[in-house]
Amino acid sequence: MEAIGLNHYLVLSAILFGIGLYGVAARRNAIGVLMSIELMLNAVNINMVAFSRFCAPDQLHGQVFTIFVITVAAAEAAVGLALVISMYRNLNKINFDEVNLLKW
Amino acid sequence: MSETLQQLAFYTDAAMIVFAALMVVTLRNIFHCALFLALGFFGIAGIFVMLHAEFLAGVQVMIYVGAIAVLVLFAIMLTRGVTGQDMKQTNKQSPVAGAIALLFVVFLLKLMAGARFATSTVAPVKDSTAFLGQLLVTRYVLPFEVASIVLLMAMVGALLLAKEKEDE
Amino acid sequence: MTTIANYLVNLLHLPGWVSAWFVALMAALVIFGFMMGVVLVLIWLLRKIFGFMQIRLGPMMHGPQGIFQTPADALKLLAKEDVIPDRADKWVFVIAPLVVFVPAYMVYVVIPFGEGSRFIAKDLNIGILYIAAISSMAVIGIIMAGWASENKYSLLGALRGAAQLVSYEVPMALAFMGPVILAGSLSMQSIVKAQTGGFWHWHFLQPWGLGLLGFLLMITAALAETNQVPFDLPEAESELVAGYNTEYSGMKFGLFFMAEFANTFTLCAITTTLFLGGWHSPFPHFLDGGWWSLLWFLGKSGFLVFVFMWIRATYPRVRVDQLMEFAWKGLIPVGLFYLIAVAFFAVVV
Repeated sequence: MEAIGLNHYLVLSAILFGIGLYGVAARRNAIGVLMSIELMLNAVNINMVAFSRFCAPDQLHGQVFTIFVITVAAAEAAVGLALVISMYRNLNKINFDEVNLLKW
Repeated sequence: MSETLQQLAFYTDAAMIVFAALMVVTLRNIFHCALFLALGFFGIAGIFVMLHAEFLAGVQVMIYVGAIAVLVLFAIMLTRGVTGQDMKQTNKQSPVAGAIALLFVVFLLKLMAGARFATSTVAPVKDSTAFLGQLLVTRYVLPFEVASIVLLMAMVGALLLAKEKEDE
Repeated sequence: MTTIANYLVNLLHLPGWVSAWFVALMAALVIFGFMMGVVLVLIWLLRKIFGFMQIRLGPMMHGPQGIFQTPADALKLLAKEDVIPDRADKWVFVIAPLVVFVPAYMVYVVIPFGEGSRFIAKDLNIGILYIAAISSMAVIGIIMAGWASENKYSLLGALRGAAQLVSYEVPMALAFMGPVILAGSLSMQSIVKAQTGGFWHWHFLQPWGLGLLGFLLMITAALAETNQVPFDLPEAESELVAGYNTEYSGMKFGLFFMAEFANTFTLCAITTTLFLGGWHSPFPHFLDGGWWSLLWFLGKSGFLVFVFMWIRATYPRVRVDQLMEFAWKGLIPVGLFYLIAVAFFAVVV
């Protein structure tokens, strides 16, 4: 096996993204979906930092991007979970496939 | 010798992260899923340390494990009554979702196998924290300020959404 | 320690990289031993100080002045039956004390006990950030403990405890930032080195006396972070049975207990490093350096621990809504003011 290079990190990031994608599409529980979204965002973070480390190690653009992704992910998790709690209070359901009031 | 150790560290960490991610999307008890998510975040912090991004590793643990995972756990505890402990957790489209996710991953891997990335062998920055700090207030100052506004909006929004209804 | 490791490696003909791991292992064991010692001494000290402040004698039975009381208590905890409630979530219940204890131990890696690299396990260049990050991991352990106990009191205690810990992390981080700005680095040894020159250069007096504000802020946040009175709601013994500890007995409870005392010493040590000059002596060149630095560090941290216990024996407990209000509406504005003032003085003056 050769030394750990860019491709190793990219493969890890791709696998993580795929698992997150499956979670978003297949989970019933609203909080489960939110957790899968966080997984996908983390996969993107790994990708950014790996590229920053291997392609331009003296300029940390990837890491700055990652800082902003973490910030926005935190904001989005807060609002998303507030929405889930509000949904639970009003409809008493947190499974996404039961929340179908707008369906025709 | 340090190369083998590096490989050992990477593969162990990657295995832990992938295992934690699989547990997050498959377990039925959602509390356990959240705990595995925290474990995955911690593993990703390890990956950041390996990539010479130690400030990001610290920020990852502090924000993701210390705040977001806690937030998820709070939300699970507050919506407790409806989640049966062992209800089926996947909806009707899960086989299709699985197939599409798998196809997507294969597609990404094929893309990466064929690409030639312009890797450079310049020495990495010694102290990423100071460098990041300078970048954030010189070149990236506008996104920095906008990020603070985004956080303020998220705080106010979450407060309003999660507030108990006051009697009219 | 490095010399011992190299000697052993050459003796046993092991490959060269073993010595680095050996040094790390030795450092970990020394820190673990120190932490256990600190916990034992602190528990005894707490009971003695409480005793004297309440005009009684404290533990006197076992050993002179009761110094064997804590080992006796530890033995008792070890010998207790390990009870797991029937409906509890078994794995989460068992792992929760570890998730609270391990971060308390991990923080010791970056505490600078004395001058030079001999007295600090590893001077990470993100020292303070590492401390803030690892301390925030303990919140998950408390939530796990409360949830897995399947007990209303535990759950309430855990929710309150987690809310308190998360709320007071922000003023603590803001208080951390003052010394970091003055020192220009996140590494612990650099922060201590920025306080050379005797008493008047320590950060708690530094930017024209504003450091006092930061120091008080740090002490208040540290009291809340370690669940000490007046912020000890999660373990309010008269309200919630024992909060998130209710269902825990035996060594698992012992782990929670040890983690709390270890955390107390850690935060006092960090406050000493950041604000009271770390291992420097108050006089510029007298009794400074080498093994004296260890003495000064332990002395100052011990003094802060005594102050914490003094406060613990004196003040009543705040209510949970007063606690949250105090953090968000009181300490955070003060912290922000402190941060901006220190930054202003560092740049302009």
